Amino acid sequence: MIWEWSISWLALPDDLWRVLSLRDYNTRVVVLGTALLGAAAGVIGSFALLRKRALLGDALSHAMLPGIALAYLAAVWLGAEGKSVPLLLFGATLSGLLGTCCVLGIRHWTRLKEDAALSIVLSVFFGAGVALLGIVQQTARGHAAGLESFVFGKASALAIEDAWVIMGGGLVCVLLVSLFFKEWKLLCFDETFAASNGWPVVGLDWLMMFLIVLISVVGLQAVGLVLMIALLVIPPAAARFWTDDLRTMVWLAGVLGCVSSFGGAIVSALLPRLPSGAMIVLFAGAIFLVSLLLGTRRGVFYQAWQSWSLQQRIQRQHLLRAMFELSELQEVHSGSSVGQPVPVDFERLQAMRSWSKRQLAAEVRRAISAGLVIPLSPSQLRLTAAGQQLAARLVHQHRLWELYLITHAELAPSKVDRDADRIEHVLTPEMIARLERLLNASQQGGSVPVSPHPILPPAAVEPAGGGRP
Amino acid sequence: MNASGIEIKGSEAAGKSAREVPLSVYDLTVAYQRKPVLWDVGFEIPPGSLVGVVGPNGAGKSTLLKAVLELLPKASGRIRLFGGSYAENRQRVGYVPQRESVDWDFPVDALDVVTMGLYRQIGWFRPVQRRHRDLAMAALERVGIADLAHRQISQLSGGQQQRTFLARALVQGADLYLMDEPFAAVDAATERAMLAVLREMKASGKTAIVIHHDLQTVPQYFDYVLLLNMRVVAFGPTSEVFTSENLQKTYGGRLTLLEEATHAMREQGRQP
Repeated sequence: MIWEWSISWLALPDDLWRVLSLRDYNTRVVVLGTALLGAAAGVIGSFALLRKRALLGDALSHAMLPGIALAYLAAVWLGAEGKSVPLLLFGATLSGLLGTCCVLGIRHWTRLKEDAALSIVLSVFFGAGVALLGIVQQTARGHAAGLESFVFGKASALAIEDAWVIMGGGLVCVLLVSLFFKEWKLLCFDETFAASNGWPVVGLDWLMMFLIVLISVVGLQAVGLVLMIALLVIPPAAARFWTDDLRTMVWLAGVLGCVSSFGGAIVSALLPRLPSGAMIVLFAGAIFLVSLLLGTRRGVFYQAWQSWSLQQRIQRQHLLRAMFELSELQEVHSGSSVGQPVPVDFERLQAMRSWSKRQLAAEVRRAISAGLVIPLSPSQLRLTAAGQQLAARLVHQHRLWELYLITHAELAPSKVDRDADRIEHVLTPEMIARLERLLNASQQGGSVPVSPHPILPPAAVEPAGGGRP
Repeated sequence: MNASGIEIKGSEAAGKSAREVPLSVYDLTVAYQRKPVLWDVGFEIPPGSLVGVVGPNGAGKSTLLKAVLELLPKASGRIRLFGGSYAENRQRVGYVPQRESVDWDFPVDALDVVTMGLYRQIGWFRPVQRRHRDLAMAALERVGIADLAHRQISQLSGGQQQRTFLARALVQGADLYLMDEPFAAVDAATERAMLAVLREMKASGKTAIVIHHDLQTVPQYFDYVLLLNMRVVAFGPTSEVFTSENLQKTYGGRLTLLEEATHAMREQGRQP
């Protein structure tokens, strides 16, 4: 056993080249067929996923097993060659559809919920299939029929005709999706509205179901019925992490499905002991993991980075605004020229907000390295020209928002500071423009409005020494 | 304001619809699994009116709209739209479903959603074209969120989502609008924007039937009101019908035998 394995690993480079170069006609057709299957499954799977039919697809493919076994037994009983692929696939289709109808029937006629209906049908049909396979094994040539390859998939066992069938099914699928794209988009988004507009939603639903059946059936030998659902669900789910646009999601799911199937089929062709279905799913799973982490729309890292950078921005804006407002206050007291940055005491700055000395010091360091603040002495600092400009804009936004809350949301002036504090960091330029237009009567754009409330908490305005506890 | 301009243009354009009764319902009964939800409902909506539909939860308000749109089978009764069947007059009826009825995580932007209102006009298999998108853009403009056209719909606020739905109905250019709680949980700006659209509709001779929860604003928003609690408690001009006595009846002062038999709504009943 070990010997055998090491031989096959030793021979790997040669084999790898032979498979990758697709020199062998048989390999070429099988690999390309499987890749197209992956693409088609990703495309139709996008709609299945958005229509929340993923699990129904799973029940459907599991329910195909008894049909395969029964078709085989029926053929043998009639005296024909048992393993006729078209016949087996026909049996698979029938029992798959029967299973789907059972799910829909249970859901419609009983008070059971969809998940229960799916679990029952999936397990009972699959159980029946396994039992029937046991019977097949006991028939004269049943052992050699290789029906297990339908369960876990065996791309290397595909005949050339099978690959052509897969390609045909895949093409039909992609064509119909491009034809019904708009209709299915509406159906998946808002079925009620579609129906009220007179679209035949039941027919559109069945057509989608038909394509899922078609792809599952033609993909049965390559992927296997247990794992077929992965090819329908994982590529679209992975694609969703990269885009917010349906069209992009659909073709990206096709590409990802294609890559997974291609990889899986190649590995399985190299190492025939590894079922292709399992390999395809592992490839798809890896792609999913990468998308989940790195996806540019909803990836984990992207979202973490976004919230981190928002936090950073908020901290900096707090610092700049506090410095600006302090110097504003000092101008009022000292009567110095307006709009010029004034040295600010670190301690008074700390009293402006509930930030610890260390937090503030760290933020000040970052602002210094960004060229927004200049340290004058260990306890004093000043805004640079750039810092002053940025701070003026922030204060402008903050006060616009406060004014808006007071005049339009009828909040008490004493409460608006806290609210504005939370919102101002997420104001977009167009929202600010709208605020300016809205408040135009009282404000000239660009200038910093006067704060509608006392800037310092009463305790902090007291002379030095009477600081907060 | 250009309200007068709209008025003149509207009354010309609405010449036909002004004479037709946009919606009449006779003896409508709708049942969910043999439990009646609407019982012998009948009324006739005058053209060019804004009609508020008011009633407690479970009173069958949404069911009424869905029955009109033939989304639910009716046990008995007759519904006429512009004197004909719904199938004949689909193009003239715009529907604004409840906002919660869809998954807003769907990968489309606001403009896509509004364009969906044109799919029927575009027809089978044909792609959405530039002019369709322009129409959709104009509808977004009317509800005041044209600047959000390319925002993914999950990033819209609740009020903006509701306005997107309204724009999707507007883009159809219908004569009768059925709206399922468009004012539920929206911000003040959205409420104002939608109210302005409703008034424009009325000015151009169109009719809107709006399920509404906020009783305080009913007299201000609607010139007709339909008080519904499984049966029609009262229907007529708001000034005549929207009385505390009728409200008392609608929101379950004294329960009739029918209501007792199907008392589900008593648990969920709202205060008058």
